[in-house]
Formats: sequence, structure tokens, C-alpha cells
Amino acid sequence: MINSTVAEISAALAAGDISSVEITQAYLDRIATLNGELNAFITVCEDSALLAAKAADDARANGNDSPLLGIPLAHKDIFCTKDILTTCGSRMLHNFVSPYNATVVERFIDAGTVLLGKTNMDEFAMGSSNETSFFGDVKNPWNTECVPGGSSGGSAAAVAADLCAMATGTDTGGSIRQPAAFCGVTGFKPSYGRVSRWGMIAFASSLDQAGPITKSAEDAALMLNVMSGLDKKDSTSIDRPVEDFTASLNEPLKGLRIGVPKQHFAEGLSAEVEQAVRDALAEYEKLGATIKEVDLTNSHLSVSAYYVVAPAEASANLSRFDGVRYGYRCEDPVDLEDMYKRTRSEGFGEEVKRRIMVGTYALSAGFYDAYYRKAQKIRRLIKDDFDRAFKEVDVIIGPTSPHTAFKLGSKSDPVSMYLEDIYTIAVNLAGLPAASIPVGIANGLPIGMQIIGKYFDEAKILNVAHQFQQHTDWHKQKSTAIVAASGES
Amino acid sequence: MALDKTEIEKIAHLARLHINESETAEVTTRITDILALIDQMQSVDTEGVEPLAHPLDLEQRLRADEITEENQRDRLQKLAPASEDGLYLVPKVLE
Repeated sequence: MINSTVAEISAALAAGDISSVEITQAYLDRIATLNGELNAFITVCEDSALLAAKAADDARANGNDSPLLGIPLAHKDIFCTKDILTTCGSRMLHNFVSPYNATVVERFIDAGTVLLGKTNMDEFAMGSSNETSFFGDVKNPWNTECVPGGSSGGSAAAVAADLCAMATGTDTGGSIRQPAAFCGVTGFKPSYGRVSRWGMIAFASSLDQAGPITKSAEDAALMLNVMSGLDKKDSTSIDRPVEDFTASLNEPLKGLRIGVPKQHFAEGLSAEVEQAVRDALAEYEKLGATIKEVDLTNSHLSVSAYYVVAPAEASANLSRFDGVRYGYRCEDPVDLEDMYKRTRSEGFGEEVKRRIMVGTYALSAGFYDAYYRKAQKIRRLIKDDFDRAFKEVDVIIGPTSPHTAFKLGSKSDPVSMYLEDIYTIAVNLAGLPAASIPVGIANGLPIGMQIIGKYFDEAKILNVAHQFQQHTDWHKQKSTAIVAASGES
Repeated sequence: MALDKTEIEKIAHLARLHINESETAEVTTRITDILALIDQMQSVDTEGVEPLAHPLDLEQRLRADEITEENQRDRLQKLAPASEDGLYLVPKVLE
């Protein structure tokens, strides 16, 4: 059942058709077969996973029937997991065994899930291809010469290759949605504040959000039910009741107003991605939705503003990595300054150092107004564009990425890599929720479509995504390379 | 805006990063390229626009000033590269 959805596995566990120990072992065996090639996992927790699976089976025998009980899960290696290595994809934390669980981790433990391991990621979540990890590149299961996307590349590849039933990711500029698009899976970024960031290693505090990466919108809803909700330990988490995100999945779409931003269908969008998204929109019209063009006027400024705000916040967040209290420390420092400088220069990779430098510059005396404050004003303009559009439409739909997954090593210029997130970044700047779902395949590589919702309207996005998945089967497509490797169904 | 070597060294020092002689040219080019991307922001007039720090303009929630956590120094200090008697050890700061 390794290629089944969480909902299907949950039903099978409830019916007694399979045990958590059996399905956990099946995933562990598959990880052992495929992880060498895909490099999706940094740490695999065989022993503790089987213990947790056994405990879940026992709890079920005693009457516990929570929806995610006994379901095998992978966490992006950005979430602190108690007594388990937590690296954030970096040499800086290559030896960091976390003394505590992130709130997100704790909530999935309370829900009875089984932790299979920690997935690979771009270093400190900075990247769009999972090529900056200290632990090596992740390969796209659809074509191992291609990137899986980033920064949650390991989680997306793991779900796509059936190495786990579900995974967590984080999204600061597109890091859940873009790898979901490149790997043909469903990725969801909740509204800012929906999910606690406590214990989630910080990249850009005003943008970061944790979210699910799954085979279906229904599965994402099941995960969001567990992940969401006020956490007093995260002062940016929103005090808003957590609804049942599965409750309105089956609402009919008649009367749904879809906004299509003209800026997301302009120069730079590849023909095959555009066609797949337009075909999906036609499908929505058949289901009763109406389509209307919307104008996100300041869209073209989102990448610029983001590459001030995110590096600036990162430069502050990463200043804690100094070799004093935990993590990497350089050898034989001659004095304190040497220790700080060499620890950080040796512990961080090139992209991280670049972004720290840009952020430091943007916040330094004489430049704060021209850069950080200006970027915050652009953020206001971008949010206002969305607020205006959402007065007339219920969701905004467009491509997640301008093209399908590119070849490993093909983008050596940082700026060209930054432009990968051209459709996703504005969503983080505004703090809105958004998902990516598979809507096509071109040249053997998946195509993702982005669905953006109003603040805290995750349920609507999930409904819109789920209805598409009820009427089409793009989300069920599998890489033939991976099916061949498995030898089982 | 193009940066020169002195500015790159100054930023590196602020960030407590060390850039080798051999890397300086490349780092300077890369950062200058990124700054060119960022400079596109200057193309729009934002006079009178309120900066946005939080999407919902929420303010920091406060709590009562009460002790609710336990001191876990010894447990947490086990993670340190070097520590002794409850102190973190680093190279000498003062001569």
C-alpha cells in the first residue's frame, strides 16, 4: 500500500487490512532500496519507527481511532526532533542532536504518527533546487538528472517516490509549492500564523510557514488538522480556532469565482506549463466556476523585495550560529573573532553566506531605508493588490513555476535561480495561503498549478484542489522509473 | 550599485564571515548582481505607503511576567563544543 494516500491507508488500518508495523516496514524497505539514488533522507529512524508503529497498533487495539494513527511520516530536517539529528541541510548543524521537539513534531507524535526520518533540504532553506545541501543533491524521482525543486526537495521527492505516506515542508518563498510542482505532488503553504514556528529553524521570520506535502488535497487537509492552531510558544501564531479542514472538501464548485493574474501568464512562462494550467482552468469551468482576469500590478517587484526582506531576516536569524553553544566549531581558533569567522565561513555554504552578506548590507547604517524599509513598502503594495483582487474572486489560480524541473547543475547564476520563485514569492510577502497541485506532465516531468486563497481560507483552497482531483487523475500519475524500481504496487 | 573590495570586507566583518583573497572577486560580482536585482524596487514610487512588517499588522502578544520554565542549563550545555562548570569555553577574549 505504499503508493496509497493517507486517507486510504488510514481506512485500511482501521479495517484491520494492514498494520502500522507492516506499512512502516514496507516504507523502510523502500527507503533502503531507493534512498541511495534519490538522497531524499538525511536520517532514517528504523528502530524508533518500528517501536512507534507497534505502539500505534497497540493503541488501535485499545480503541484509539484517530485519523493519522500509525501513519508513516517524514519531517523536513528543519524541524527540531528530540534526540534525533537535526541538520537543516548544513555543516553548521551536522552534529546537532536536538534536545527538544518542535511544536509541529509534538503534534504529529500526539496524533500517533510514525516518524520514518528527516528529509534533505537546501541549506537553511535557502534554495529552489535542493542543490545547496551539505548532504548532497536530492534527485527528482521522475528523472534523476533533474532537480526535485527546493528547499523542501527531500520531502517532495520522498512523497513522489512513495518513501513515506506524507511529509512536512516549509515555505518562505515557494519552498513547499515549487518542489511539489516539480515532483508531481500536492504541497500546501498555510496562511502566515496558522502553524507554529516553534522549534522550526528560522530563516525569515516574517515569511516562514510549515505545511504538508502529500499525494492529495484530502491528505493535506488531514495533516493541517493536526499541524494548525495557536501555540503560546510562537508569538506570531494566530489565535484562531482550528476548523476541520476536511469538512468542505466535497462542496460543489458551482459559482466559484477564479481570478487569473495576467502577470502570471506573461513572458517567461513555458508553453507546456501554460497549456496544462489553461486546460485545468477549462476543467474548472466545466465544474461550474467562472474565470476572470485579475491585475496584480506590483507582481514584478516581488522577487526584488523578497531578496531584501528574506536575506535581511536571515542575517539576523543566522547570527546565533557562532560555534559557542552548539553545532560546528572550527579547529584551533586563535582568538574569539577567528573562531566566529572561521566557524561561520566553514560551517555555512556559499549560498547561505551570499544571502547573509546581502542581508547585512541591506540592514547596515545608511542603507536600511533604501532597502529594508523600501521592501516593506513594496510588501504593502503587493498585499493591497491581492486584497483588491479578492474583492472580486474567491481564489487566484496560475502556474506554480515557469517551467518543469531543470537539470541538476544547470543554473549556476544565483539570480536566475531566484527567478524560479517568480509566481510563488508574492504569496509569502502577503502572508496568504496557497497550494500547488499536479495538472499535467510534459517531457516526462510534472507540471504544478498554484491555487491562492484569502487569509485563513485554507478550506476553500483544499475544496478547489480536491474537486479537481476527483475529476482528473494527474495526482495519481507516477514516474515510470520509480514504479519499475519498486517491483510492487 | 557596484560594491568594491573595501565594502565587501566591511560587510563580511559585520557578518563575522571570512572571505579569502581568492574568493573576493567572485563574491563581489555575485553580490553586485543581486543588488542589481534589488534595485528594481526603486522603479516604483512608494511615497506615503505604510511599510508592512506583518500581513495582519498584528502586535506582539504579551504574557504575565511569571516563571513558567525550568532551568535546563546542564542538559542543554551538553551540546556545547567546550564547556566547564556551567560556563561555555571560548578562546581568550582579553589579554
